[in-house]
Amino acid sequence: MSTTLNRVGLPRDAYKGAATTLCAGCGHNSITNHMIKALYELGVEPHRLAKMSGIGCSSKTPAYFVEAAHGFNGVHGRMPALTTGAQLANRQLIMLGVSGDGDTASIGLGQFMHMIRRNIDCTYIIEDNGTYGLTKGQFSATADLGSVQKKGAVNTFQPIDPCAVALTLGCTFVARSFSGDGKQVVPLIKAAIAHRGTAVLDIVSPCVTFNDHDGSTKSYSWIKDHEESIADVSFIPFFEEVHVDYEPGTVRDVELHDGSHILLKKLGEDHDPTDRRAAMKVIEEGRAAGHLVTGLLYLDPASVDFATTERIPDSPLVDLGEDQLRLTRDEFAQFMSEFA
Amino acid sequence: MTNQIINDLTIQAATVNGSGSQTANLVLTRAIFHMGIPVAPKNVFPSNIEGLPTWYQLRVTPQGHMARRDQVDILVAFNPATWHQDLRTVRPGGVVVHEEVFSTADARTDVTYYAVPFSKLAKSKIQNDTLRKQLANMIYVGVVAGLLGIPWEALEHAVTRQFLSKPKAVPLNLDAIKVGFDHWQDNFSKKDPYRLEAMTGLVDSKVLVDGNQAAALGALMGGVTVVAWYPITPSSSLCENLIAYAERFRTDPETGEKRIAVVQAEDELAAVGMAIGAGWAGARAMTSTSGPGISLMAEFAGLAYYAEVPVVIFDIQRIGPSTGLPTRTSQADVGFAYTLSHGDTKHLVLLPGTVEECYEFARDAFDYADRFQTPVFVLSDLDLGMNLWMTPEFKYPDKPFDRGKVLSKADLERLAGEWARYRDVDGDGVPYRTLPGTDHPAAGYFTRGSGHDEHARYTESAEAYAANMDRLSRKFETARAALPAPVIDESTGSKIGLIAFGSTHAAVLESRSALAAAKLPVDYLRVRALPLSAQVAEFVSRHERVYVIEQNRDGQVYDLLRLALPPVLVDRLRSIRHYDGQPIPADAITEPLLESEAVPA
Repeated sequence: MSTTLNRVGLPRDAYKGAATTLCAGCGHNSITNHMIKALYELGVEPHRLAKMSGIGCSSKTPAYFVEAAHGFNGVHGRMPALTTGAQLANRQLIMLGVSGDGDTASIGLGQFMHMIRRNIDCTYIIEDNGTYGLTKGQFSATADLGSVQKKGAVNTFQPIDPCAVALTLGCTFVARSFSGDGKQVVPLIKAAIAHRGTAVLDIVSPCVTFNDHDGSTKSYSWIKDHEESIADVSFIPFFEEVHVDYEPGTVRDVELHDGSHILLKKLGEDHDPTDRRAAMKVIEEGRAAGHLVTGLLYLDPASVDFATTERIPDSPLVDLGEDQLRLTRDEFAQFMSEFA
Repeated sequence: MTNQIINDLTIQAATVNGSGSQTANLVLTRAIFHMGIPVAPKNVFPSNIEGLPTWYQLRVTPQGHMARRDQVDILVAFNPATWHQDLRTVRPGGVVVHEEVFSTADARTDVTYYAVPFSKLAKSKIQNDTLRKQLANMIYVGVVAGLLGIPWEALEHAVTRQFLSKPKAVPLNLDAIKVGFDHWQDNFSKKDPYRLEAMTGLVDSKVLVDGNQAAALGALMGGVTVVAWYPITPSSSLCENLIAYAERFRTDPETGEKRIAVVQAEDELAAVGMAIGAGWAGARAMTSTSGPGISLMAEFAGLAYYAEVPVVIFDIQRIGPSTGLPTRTSQADVGFAYTLSHGDTKHLVLLPGTVEECYEFARDAFDYADRFQTPVFVLSDLDLGMNLWMTPEFKYPDKPFDRGKVLSKADLERLAGEWARYRDVDGDGVPYRTLPGTDHPAAGYFTRGSGHDEHARYTESAEAYAANMDRLSRKFETARAALPAPVIDESTGSKIGLIAFGSTHAAVLESRSALAAAKLPVDYLRVRALPLSAQVAEFVSRHERVYVIEQNRDGQVYDLLRLALPPVLVDRLRSIRHYDGQPIPADAITEPLLESEAVPA
């Protein structure tokens, strides 16, 4: 057990939750661990965290980290609406949403899209396994064309790619990763939390029970063979200093609004994560080549979130009292007289 | 000339939607109101932007009756498409002011015609080309003013009031009214019995407000800070008014910051979801919709009931089923809203019967939602929400907000962190909650729509499930006694009682006068909330026959009463239903009741 305290004086164990009830080996459990690591290392105060989710295996996971935080496991596909309302009520909350591929790309596609369009300040993680696990293995809308169900059925429909959808809608932070790639997932979660606006992080996360067989494109073995990371990601929070000891020209440094930095070390072709068209091209080329492209695809460091655009104060609306919310007696009398 | 008819008449202006006639209608209404005469306007409009027929019905009575009346005394006919149909609605002996070109060749002979060349007058006398279409409507106001004897001073007042924010429009509109006023003076002599005469007393210190304006003001005074909505007739103007009022009263003049967040959502599911998210986080949050939106909100309503999240949902009812008639009124969502969502869900429902109650219930709904940690539905309707009603000025609230049982950081320290989200500490079924952001290690809990124990942990335990459901029922019973009590008038000592709710109230008041005049005085109980107060059964027990009056086909509240009453009282109930989409007139109560009582069952 680690007893090292983070910057808010908490041990790593303070970021744990209830025991998981998901299957042993489920990718989602790895993501939960990445979440714990990221939140601990960032020093997020549990009382400021709001864990939001919809319905499905993925949506159970907020119970499995940061037990001390408030969480809201709502209804299927409607987490964006709950998140939007809670965020507007209290801008001091750090909104962290966990969804799945059914929750996001099928029943919740509309809310997912409109949340992005508004640029609600939240992190939206999709634990993407291409299947409906809780109802025993039906295809979801992110299942690839031609992928094969455990019982042999072949998917005949085009997949919905949440990252491509997000980019199309002007999402200000789009990333993809793999549940087994903690080195990449953890800094991406941190960056998503630091980002001001909607940060979409699609994490392919194998379902060991229903979608980890040959013919699946969401299995551990398929992903290991086909993952193509566009850059090594590291995240330097605002409270740490940036030490750049890379060779010049090999690393991109993107600064976020709060002074934190995302460092991206080139792996193959150079990708500029602030270029939306380039991000779309990377996704399309990966798809054509049959690769799972992972990494930070797109980021708008100048993103302005909905509440800022709407001139909602930083201090929580929740805290306002009668004197700030009611008309004064004089205002009320004047207003009533205008109806005469 | 026959006997004069003074201050007791209904004017019906038949126009084409989108022609800008509403401003003229309002000016006429305000002018008569300014004379001290009670007015009751009803706007009958199509679900259309431009081109379909629309009617404005302005009822004037010396008693201050506010209900609609079927009978038209003075028709102002502008719309060639409905000319013949409109003519049929005028009572014998009534007046028809019509566009000169409309043919009266085969028309009725039992009415008085005044043919006015409205189009010609507009072309020749209104110089402003761009505004001619709008201003042309004002000509009719001038003609009617001449016809009924509305003084010029009242017209000046009405126009000035109507264009408070656009003073430049005042002389333009007065000039147009003058065209009609002069035309009347120069061309007609009075051939009909109708007159208006200034009154004192009845409208003193009263104002004209529609229910959606009232509810918007109520929400503001109730401290709403998060509003999410999706446009739908007849509810849209509630949030639009709220946005306008918030712009004025909730915006920091220096920083531009807003003490309210408003989101126009992508649909009603999202709208209520946002409001529930905000309510969960501790804001006073609301949405406003109509029937089709209520249908979409069913899923989230169940979540908020079961997870115990405060939220206020306005339903400005229109006619269903399905899309129904979007611009016609009804009270047919009551039964559905009351138990909205699957699986043993039931809700607190407020039933405002006046615009003053639209204000008060909108304001207090946020207290009830916080106090009982549950959705509160405020069921208004198109008639109440979109028509202007004469009302006493609303009262400034005399109580602070009731935020209900919320544990603060200090409370949690005092309790040493020992608390459970869904524990019935006080025996009233109402648990304690903490708000996200509360800086105490024990504050957090996991809200869920799935089965949960006292600590909000997932459980499939039969005992925990049943215990929680029983506690929710206890909470509901606590609320039953706390919601607005029925308004009861048993002053007649009659064996017969009426039960009604919502906008039906206006027609009941008028019908009671008519029944008293017909030597059949009746007592009256007005239901103001669901679940039903225990006083309802007591009222029924004190009467031999009780008529339940409502504006829906199936007698939804009649059915709720039958379920709620002890068996011995059930047979005392009778049902009177009105459901043609037009606001219920008093006759729709008086006539069936008289008929039924002539041969009591």
